[in-house]
Amino acid sequence: MVQISLPQNSRVQKGKYYKDKTGSKNLRKVNIYRWDPSNGENPRIDTYEVDMDNCPSKVLDLLNKIKNEIDPSIAYRRSCAHGVCGSCAMNMDGKNGLACTKPHSEIKGDINIYPLPHLKVQKDLIGDLSTLYKQYASVEPWLKNSNTKREKENFQSKEDRAKLDGLYECIMCACCSTSCPSYWWNGEKYLGPAVLLQAYRWIIDSRDEERKERLKKVADELKLYRCHTIMNCTNACPKGLNPAKAIASIKKMLATS
Amino acid sequence: MSSYKIIDHEYDVVVLGAGGSGLRAAVGLSEAGLKTACVSKVFPTRSHTSAAQGGISAALGNMGEDDWRWHMYDTVKGADWLGDQDCIEYLCKEAPKAVLELEQYGVPFSRTEEGKIYQRPFGGMTKNYGNGTVQRTCAAADRTGHAILHTLYGQALKHNTEFFIEYFALDLLMKDGECKGLIAWNLNDGTIHRFRSHITIIATGGYGKVYYSATSAHTCTGDGNAMVLRAGLPLQDMEFVQFHPTGIYGHGTLISEGVRGEGGYLVNSKGERFMERYAPKAKDLASRDVVSRSIAVEINEGRGVGNEKDHVHLHLDHLDPNVIEERLPGISESSRLFANVDVTKEPIPVVPTVHYNMGGIPTNYKAEVLTLNGSTKTVPGLMAIGEAACVSVHGANRLGSNSLIDLVVFGRAAAKRAAELVKPGTPHEEISQSETDKCLDRFDKLRNADGTNSTAELRLSMQKTMQSKCAVFRTEKTLKEGVNEIRKPYDGMDDLSVKDKSLIFNTDLVETLEFDNLIRQAITTMDSAYHRKESRGAHAREDFPKRNDEKYMQHTLSWCNGTKTKIDYRPVHRATLTNDVQYFPPQERIY
Repeated sequence: MVQISLPQNSRVQKGKYYKDKTGSKNLRKVNIYRWDPSNGENPRIDTYEVDMDNCPSKVLDLLNKIKNEIDPSIAYRRSCAHGVCGSCAMNMDGKNGLACTKPHSEIKGDINIYPLPHLKVQKDLIGDLSTLYKQYASVEPWLKNSNTKREKENFQSKEDRAKLDGLYECIMCACCSTSCPSYWWNGEKYLGPAVLLQAYRWIIDSRDEERKERLKKVADELKLYRCHTIMNCTNACPKGLNPAKAIASIKKMLATS
Repeated sequence: MSSYKIIDHEYDVVVLGAGGSGLRAAVGLSEAGLKTACVSKVFPTRSHTSAAQGGISAALGNMGEDDWRWHMYDTVKGADWLGDQDCIEYLCKEAPKAVLELEQYGVPFSRTEEGKIYQRPFGGMTKNYGNGTVQRTCAAADRTGHAILHTLYGQALKHNTEFFIEYFALDLLMKDGECKGLIAWNLNDGTIHRFRSHITIIATGGYGKVYYSATSAHTCTGDGNAMVLRAGLPLQDMEFVQFHPTGIYGHGTLISEGVRGEGGYLVNSKGERFMERYAPKAKDLASRDVVSRSIAVEINEGRGVGNEKDHVHLHLDHLDPNVIEERLPGISESSRLFANVDVTKEPIPVVPTVHYNMGGIPTNYKAEVLTLNGSTKTVPGLMAIGEAACVSVHGANRLGSNSLIDLVVFGRAAAKRAAELVKPGTPHEEISQSETDKCLDRFDKLRNADGTNSTAELRLSMQKTMQSKCAVFRTEKTLKEGVNEIRKPYDGMDDLSVKDKSLIFNTDLVETLEFDNLIRQAITTMDSAYHRKESRGAHAREDFPKRNDEKYMQHTLSWCNGTKTKIDYRPVHRATLTNDVQYFPPQERIY
């Protein structure tokens, strides 16, 4: 029988243990995935004891506290700290989400923090999203309307505008796509929930004149139909959006057109 | 040292920053056929424009009569007469065109019954020169900035703008007082990149993170401002820092002025709608500096709410839940997440929070950077736009929703001006290696810093000093102490510790470089505030409570070299751009 083993550098090792130095009675253990591309070493899990008496409520606060007070070398993306920029998406306690909106009190036991699953890791908690960004560009996310030089806005009824609700709010954090087993398996070819949600956002915009062409473009065995309605995407979305429904709507439009 | 691998690029124009203004400029430049690079330390849609909520001002007149001249008057008055009226005329006159253009790009604006762009009331926005409120602020629910930013990124993709993403800019390349490009560090692979360009456009946003509590993102570190200071050029009006009246107490998250625009109001511990006392006409929709000061007075006089009596309440629980759901869904979410409040049932605890920098890189209305050398002169090859720039259209205080319009109007203006100045494909001059060496020396020194002070400690000390010495109300005493204390974290860099020595996504070093940028701006802010001995807009001196037009109808210019600053002034423009409107002479400012 064929023996399959992981490459040497994918074995995650036990890392450093940072013992509390504050003397706090209220400690939690935080386990964080670490990998530095510049030293050729295997990934490791470092453990930090954190004084929870002086830590605000979100996982991002916890990470900031570790970075500021214990270990400045830890790398993660972050920016707005209130769930609109989409930078701090990561896997916490086995679930994708935004560190800035996820309360650490919701996590029982040790707090395990990993990068978003199935992305090439660039360093520590920073994943490579370049494939997803290319796929986003491929759906041509701009309004196609021949009437561009007029003095007035395009009119759009309140009802037509309401069709964009639940779509345009996407912050491109990739929590959904990186929670999708189909995307894990076929990430190079399947567009994934984040990008399909955006594709649908332009398909359904009443001002857009190329609905047919847009539909035709995504109507592909791999790009679209690798969605098997697993629904992890909708479960993962930190903004409460429903990419699975958007994908279903695209499929329905294709089936009925 | 200089063992760094350097990769050279040549572009007609380089835009630094990919927020609203940077992207709008990049789109215009690409349209004009100029070879354009857009360099950003974050992926474009992560830029802080995404956090803008309430809307973008333009006298479209979709919700009743409006006129760009009224908008201009409001902006002049909001700015407490420190704005340059030629630039303000340009902003307000171009605003409707710029918003219609955004709509045609695909921004999902909320709509009126007739299907037009929805507009809401906002602070300081009035009709007929201060007589009644007007609905001028175009909104995409309360996610207008996010909607605009994502749409502009789409447009940039459409025009094949070349992006350099997660590149951290280090310094400008200067030669004989002209800008020839910039140097940046690619975080993805650790390489150093030298961009040569005929024009460099700085669009790096504000520097709110010099304060401890700010609505600003972690990345709002004013990197471009600091690059300008290091190039020996001045920043303008740095003492004018806007405190937004309604940041969530304890967390700092922004609660849009759109809440008050839709009918929300503030109350103190006695349940009084106290804004009626401070601004009898505009009440809760007075301009931001006025509302923030009023809240501060209420708190100082013991009428704050909560155990510490150190904040006030913002009510919108009287509004129709359907209106909240349709027009203010984002702030409902923020209030739930960060204040544990259901806005349909309870008030939001709020406190004035640092939000916006009126000051920045001095420019004219064409976005060309200015300096003072005997008289006012432009700096060839250098432009600035957005919050990084000080045009100055916001003067001493910016009106809500005038920031997003500033981004797109001047992003557009910069692209137009660059297209006039640069012929595509013009060859580049040689620049001496010494500029690169100087830049990499600083980089290398910080990277190898092996002392005892962590960047986080120095940053915290800077932020606490700014918060306590240069806040809503200022005095000679606090500012004098501040001028002294704010230099300590700078000196602390002599014994700095940077633990991570690697080059790929070394965020320890990124934050250190950001701190080096922040502290220079903190020093110029404190010193500029100390030297302005009057009260105007957001700069409120308890010891000089009156505006002094005789002495201070002037923009402060501040140069900074290490901890040494030089302060000078240039007069506010007292003329309009065209005869379409008359100059508005200074008046008493009452709301």
